[in-house]
Amino acid sequence: MSDKINLRIDNIAVSVEEGTTILEAARKVNIRIPTLCHHEDLCVAGNCRVCMVEQTGADRLLPSCAMPVSEGMEIQTNSLKVRSARRQIIELLVSEHRADCTRCYKNGKCELQELSSEYIIGESGFIDLVPLKVMTIDNFSPSIIKDDSKCIRCQRCVRTCDQLQNIGALTVAYKGKNMKISSFYEKPMYEVVCTNCGQCVNRCPTGALTEKTYVEQVWTAINNDKKHVVVQTAPAVRIALGEALGMPAGEIVTGKMVSALRRLGFDSVLDTDFTADLTIIEEGNELLQRLKKVLVDGDTSVKIPMTTSCSPGWVKFIEHTFPEYLENVSTAKSPQQMFGALAKTFYAKKVNVEPEDMVSVSIMPCTAKKYEADRPEMRSSGYKDVDFVLTTRELALMIKQAGIDFASLPEDEYDSFMGESSGAAVIFGATGGVMEAALRTAYEVVTGREVPFDNLNITPVRGMDSIKEASVKIENPLPEWSFLDGVELKTCVAHGLSNAKQVMEAVKSGKADYHFIEIMACPGGCLGGGGQPIPTSPAIREKRSKAIYKEDSLKPIRKSHENPEIAQIYDEFLKEPLGKKSHQLLHTHYTERNRY
Amino acid sequence: MTEVKQLVQDLADQYGRNQESLLPILQGIVNREQHISEDAMIEVARELNISAAQVYGTATFYSFLNTKPLGKYVIRVCKTITCMMHGKNQIIKELETVLKVNLGETTHDGKFTLLETNCLGQCHKGPAMLINDKPYTELTPDKVREIIMMYRDKELRVN
Repeated sequence: MSDKINLRIDNIAVSVEEGTTILEAARKVNIRIPTLCHHEDLCVAGNCRVCMVEQTGADRLLPSCAMPVSEGMEIQTNSLKVRSARRQIIELLVSEHRADCTRCYKNGKCELQELSSEYIIGESGFIDLVPLKVMTIDNFSPSIIKDDSKCIRCQRCVRTCDQLQNIGALTVAYKGKNMKISSFYEKPMYEVVCTNCGQCVNRCPTGALTEKTYVEQVWTAINNDKKHVVVQTAPAVRIALGEALGMPAGEIVTGKMVSALRRLGFDSVLDTDFTADLTIIEEGNELLQRLKKVLVDGDTSVKIPMTTSCSPGWVKFIEHTFPEYLENVSTAKSPQQMFGALAKTFYAKKVNVEPEDMVSVSIMPCTAKKYEADRPEMRSSGYKDVDFVLTTRELALMIKQAGIDFASLPEDEYDSFMGESSGAAVIFGATGGVMEAALRTAYEVVTGREVPFDNLNITPVRGMDSIKEASVKIENPLPEWSFLDGVELKTCVAHGLSNAKQVMEAVKSGKADYHFIEIMACPGGCLGGGGQPIPTSPAIREKRSKAIYKEDSLKPIRKSHENPEIAQIYDEFLKEPLGKKSHQLLHTHYTERNRY
Repeated sequence: MTEVKQLVQDLADQYGRNQESLLPILQGIVNREQHISEDAMIEVARELNISAAQVYGTATFYSFLNTKPLGKYVIRVCKTITCMMHGKNQIIKELETVLKVNLGETTHDGKFTLLETNCLGQCHKGPAMLINDKPYTELTPDKVREIIMMYRDKELRVN
């Protein structure tokens, strides 16, 4: 079958499927055409025009990101006409962009800056329009800063928020020269439906959308001798941090990261994975208790399906969008917040530090975690449980600032206590990971046997399919759980909020009869989080996912309940899952929020 | 149920609850309320199950979907080049004098709002303006004063 289309790009013959764009065809033969509004995860917009190419015999230039190939096309990607048009387009974009590059947070990481340097945009012939416009900087949110003066209106963020996440917190408002990217009624991001997931930050080509950084506050704490600074690292950081420090995607850098954190001066280098294991114990028991109440006691006040609660983007999304389902969300805090609450109580006592002298820092692949740490209910230690949240990118920045050659660092081990973790905790970083970890433990609690999957790998919940379903039939349970005999435990896993919305709508319409749903706000789960190194793409997320499952398979302990430190903390401090101490420190509640 | 909630619900019953129902519903609100308030937009978003920001984006895109409260009579003077060459600036100046407001403002009594607009398609009869839906063409400063007086008289008689 030969419905391939043949064309020549810069005199190189290319043969591609029908419907391929000129841009994709050019990439096939390693010709790079610059782009700004184009992003692999998003639909075509074709509004920035920097990807213009020339077709022999045609007067007008073509936008290569939007133009499908046709038979016999002859394309020039670098003719004089193309170069001159491109330069003018970049100059025009820069004339409306506050090109205050040396003071910009994205300095050195800005796609517009890179293009300007490539096309040697010197003193432009166009008037600088920025001083003539009134533009706002919205820095009220603890997570995301939106600076309209840096915006080039490529609308990657709008498409991300609308298509990928189905939130629509951002829109294109007004038209012509007044056109701007706006929230509802130009309210601060803090007040609208924004879930702080940061997917827009991950895709913004300039400094118009960035995370709010707390790097300086963390340096200050580290340099204060009176403070004991505790740091925790999320599962998905260890497989992505390398990317921001010049390594290829999919490299596991756990050991190097731990050494780097020690070199930076953190007093205790601990692991969020420990509380990920703890989450499994608490959340798994909560699920079993809910099932018991529903199936045995017929208690109608208890809600099934139960959904996970570790993704703060998801939590805020459901608070805004499906407030009638808040009782379905597990009350277990996220691993970050469990860690924070334990750090300033149990751990502080253990290392003999007053909680007011402790500063708790977390390294997260996430911008929404900054908001989560700021929630008023997250102070169960009597202090702010997690003081500062840094993204993977911010940690990379600190490592660079400290002059550390990351690649040559030796591998190091986490401190103990609260540094030990299982493979089940590591996979929290990938979509389906929490479900897999929960099933590994819950099945064994109920039946006394290992979950019936080859080598504990519950493959139906793995991978990048948008919505995954898996069911596990419970047979011959332990006497205590006899009511579950023959029950088919139905689970569902969704990643990215547009998929989450689909699942919730299925639940709402009664079409879905799941018992347990895992939802992660970001595509791919935390490994594709809004705080992860930029850029992101399906291929990059695939590599990070492989690394996570590799890390799991290398761990001597693969199940949360077999983590010896978990047994110890229940023995010494928490006493029992869902007990009094747990309720006080490890569980939370949710709030209905406005719909705009 | 609040008045605006009822209005939006009625409009949605009339025009449907699809993506393409958005514009007729917004037009319906403007016809009744002169402008689309924040509350009205939230209601529209709820009815159509779309994001409120999307409603805001659509409403701000169209010049005739007012998102801010305007006077009872909205005067829109054509600002495009033909009307400009026929003396649109003098028309605006006269209107500003008569109404005692600047371009873009609403009179104290809430009766008149003075705005500019893009081409009204009356280039052969410029300068032109609209008062609400009614076009006025071949304007002169004297003529606009008379027109405003006429509206003021009408208002006096209503009261």
